Amino acid sequence: MLRRLLLSGASAIGALVVGAGRALAESPAGGEGDAGPDYWSMLFVFVLASFIGLGVIRRVSRLLHTPLMSITNAISAIAVVGSILVTGSDYPPTIRFMGGIALFASMTNIVSGFLITDRMLKMFKSEKPGQGGHA
Amino acid sequence: MTHAMLQASYILATALFIFALHWMNDPKTARNGVYAGVAGMTVAVLATWFQPIIIHHGWIILAIVAGFAVGIPLSMVPLTAVPQRTALSHAFGGLAAGLVGTAKYYLWYQEGPENLTTFRMVAIVLEILLGYLTFTGSLMAAGKLQEVKWIPQRPVTYPGQNIVNFFLLIVALGLGAAVIMNPSATWAPQVFPAIIGLSLLFGVLLIIPIGGADMPTVIAILNAYAGLAAVAMGFVLDNKLLITAGALDGSSGLILAIIMCKAMNRSFGNVLFGAFGQVQQLKAGGEQKVYKGETPEGAAQIMEQASLVVIIPGYGMAVAQAQHKVRELYDQLKKRGVTVKFAIHPVAGRMPGHMNVLLAEADIPYTDLVEMDDINSDMPQCDVALVVGANDVVNPAARYDKSSPIYGMPIIDADKARTIFAIKRSKNPGFAGIDNELYFGPRTWMLFGDAKNVIGELVKQLSGGSGMH
Repeated sequence: MLRRLLLSGASAIGALVVGAGRALAESPAGGEGDAGPDYWSMLFVFVLASFIGLGVIRRVSRLLHTPLMSITNAISAIAVVGSILVTGSDYPPTIRFMGGIALFASMTNIVSGFLITDRMLKMFKSEKPGQGGHA
Repeated sequence: MTHAMLQASYILATALFIFALHWMNDPKTARNGVYAGVAGMTVAVLATWFQPIIIHHGWIILAIVAGFAVGIPLSMVPLTAVPQRTALSHAFGGLAAGLVGTAKYYLWYQEGPENLTTFRMVAIVLEILLGYLTFTGSLMAAGKLQEVKWIPQRPVTYPGQNIVNFFLLIVALGLGAAVIMNPSATWAPQVFPAIIGLSLLFGVLLIIPIGGADMPTVIAILNAYAGLAAVAMGFVLDNKLLITAGALDGSSGLILAIIMCKAMNRSFGNVLFGAFGQVQQLKAGGEQKVYKGETPEGAAQIMEQASLVVIIPGYGMAVAQAQHKVRELYDQLKKRGVTVKFAIHPVAGRMPGHMNVLLAEADIPYTDLVEMDDINSDMPQCDVALVVGANDVVNPAARYDKSSPIYGMPIIDADKARTIFAIKRSKNPGFAGIDNELYFGPRTWMLFGDAKNVIGELVKQLSGGSGMH
């Protein structure tokens, strides 16, 4: 039963992917003078960045998995960039207001994410007595 | 800020983020990682802000100030509350992604329907689905971890739960597909809120059946979702910095989730849809087994004469806030020339790496924190294994009892030590309701009581016995 449900879920997702694929096929292949976004290079960047991410994260010390999670929280608050664009552009106030809330949420993550990561990392000390930071 | 300068700043920020994560591979360089991350974020924010299209500054300043006002106190929570804080920040990340996606859709609907290409619409729908379900799902997870009264701690299950969830998801995806095909139809702006509502509801229903022991995996999965939502936002806004940073976060969540699943010998699907609480069946007919109790005096004497003591911490240590007492015990034993190591199971606690952070807080050098795979070969030479608030991760039933819900899960071989002391709050079975055979083993003695008090007693015995202080 569960398997069948999983399959139907997967096929729904598959339909979305096919839709996305068709959208890509329809998109102009970067003809001259076409200012539209280049979807292929975005996907390219996404795939390469994921591989870099997997490679880098795989080598993170297991000791530091909690700080890793809080620093990636802060980094994924890069949504701040999109929020600034929506909040500060010449858009209707309701649109900008949504951007402002998003900006507040991202900024909170940036500030608390980096601060708590640093606070935790300060605590990790090796065995040498008398060495290490003062928390 | 020209286009070239903007793109150059974004490349610089991406490089700094990659270095930030790279430096996390060693505790010695990890703090440089934080500085690199802060630098990257500052570059990204300023470069975006100084573009000529940004003409309104009041709300930006206000939101940034408010972000600092909330973010600074949130970074000062006690370390036992770090899992909740992490879940809460996933919620904020999801909310930001969802709101930007919503704002962009309505903006383009009103002012430029030609911008709503199929590709963008797919990205917008994915962004709001992931964003809003991460928002409510993470709020639920944070509530469960914080033990908020009106959120049930125990897994909530009902018949047909998975069917209901899948039905909801398929309806949401179906509506999403309809809007993708007809983004500028007159009914589209009315259907859009329905998708938002369904993803908000789906987030709640997805987390309700999940219990505390599965939280490390769930938090990691939500981490990946928050990252993917940022990636989708990058596709919507045609912004490669969002794509790279989101991909880094997404892969981090994915790797952590895989590590957690492996450490429990379970699959993603099993964690998300398998409701741990449901699996347990009462083991009928088993005769009442008896615990052997021990006093702190006796335990202290045996530990004093040991040459290797391995301490195995679990969530119980976090609950009892016992890490500082553990440090005192560590000091007392070290003073007597006893080697003390800590055996860390990957899923001990409520989030990846939870135990390491608590023990580091108590000033225990990280060189004495040993991973499960590395300590297990030493366990037969271990004189005393002291279990502090851990349960499932030391249950030998995981090795051979096929009927046990934790069968196949890798465990710390506490039962191979010469003497085992287990600190336990009460005589009730642990979280999963499973009897732990370790407690009835021939070389196991129980120390009943709150972990902090019991370890305090042990420390008192050790420091009193030697005539010091």
